Amino acid sequence: MSMNLLRLFGGRNASAPVARERLQILLAHERGLLGQPDLLGTLREEILAVVSRHVVLDPDKVVVRLERGKTVSTLEVDIEVPNNFDKSKALADRRKAG
Amino acid sequence: MAKVLVVTSGKGGVGKTTSTAALGAALAQTGESVVVVDFDVGLRNLDLVMGAERRVVFDLINVVQGVAKLPQALIRDKRLENLWLLPASQTRDKDALTDEGVGRIIEELKTKFDWVLCDSPAGIERGATLAMRYADEAVIVTNPEVSSVRDSDRIIGMLDSKTVKAEKGERVTKHILITRYDPGRAARGEMLSIDDILEILATPLLGIIPESQDVLRASNVGSPVTLNNASCAPARAYMDAARRLMGQEIAMVVPAERKGLMNRLLGRRAA
Repeated sequence: MSMNLLRLFGGRNASAPVARERLQILLAHERGLLGQPDLLGTLREEILAVVSRHVVLDPDKVVVRLERGKTVSTLEVDIEVPNNFDKSKALADRRKAG
Repeated sequence: MAKVLVVTSGKGGVGKTTSTAALGAALAQTGESVVVVDFDVGLRNLDLVMGAERRVVFDLINVVQGVAKLPQALIRDKRLENLWLLPASQTRDKDALTDEGVGRIIEELKTKFDWVLCDSPAGIERGATLAMRYADEAVIVTNPEVSSVRDSDRIIGMLDSKTVKAEKGERVTKHILITRYDPGRAARGEMLSIDDILEILATPLLGIIPESQDVLRASNVGSPVTLNNASCAPARAYMDAARRLMGQEIAMVVPAERKGLMNRLLGRRAA
């Protein structure tokens, strides 16, 4: 009786359903049930590898954001590329250094 | 000058993570720039309490091992732009943290923030000692209950011997934060009194956080309690504690028993 009364009065802004949904999404990701395990990690690494074939990446100018969702997740890779970037010079520098 | 503050307790479940999130948000709400760092490697939860669990890309261990730069691992709070989180790793074990690596990261964080809040894991093992290692100040979270007070005493001993400050012959500034304080039980003499705890631990009091449904509600929705409902009793207590950390003189409020109409009708104890 008292539980029902409480639910009646507290139902509108109850926080437990929010908690349940957040946990379900988080745990599904952690158990590897949603998608392939660490797909986003693999994507991130391969995207950066491809870009770094053409541009010398400054690790400070790369921002990776992630939002894990129930049905979709988003991976945002934000790479700052200078307009006056001289690729041949950078490659030459890299060869010298390597 | 940046301050490094460890939130610790020895005992588990007393409210370290909740308090780290609430104090971090409260400091940020006054305009300070704050980073909260989760040291509980393998069992991270600060991301969940802060509501950032879906946005973790890199973590503390990635930064220690050089896989990611520090700015890439920092997650900005969605509500406060001067509040940031550095999550712990969920998959690695605590041995991946090195004293030297943690020291390097703390130094770098000190150049970017006013406050570095380290959320310690429970226990007295490596994770807990590394969380306190570089601290200038410590908040010892204590419940009014014998086992919690005993563990706090043990942690105080470690703060006085195992930190870099202690090894240099200096002192870590220590504060007791009493959480889950139940005014009803205190009034009936069923709970260790504040005076008893402070006398036993011989450490100054930072604040008294009442046991409250508001704290659970805030965790449920992934928001520090000071942001979720700034006017509730625990939020006000955390806000006062944060101001005391900033050096302000604020009169201590001992939570008093308050029964709402519904609670009285239903015969429930004030929570």
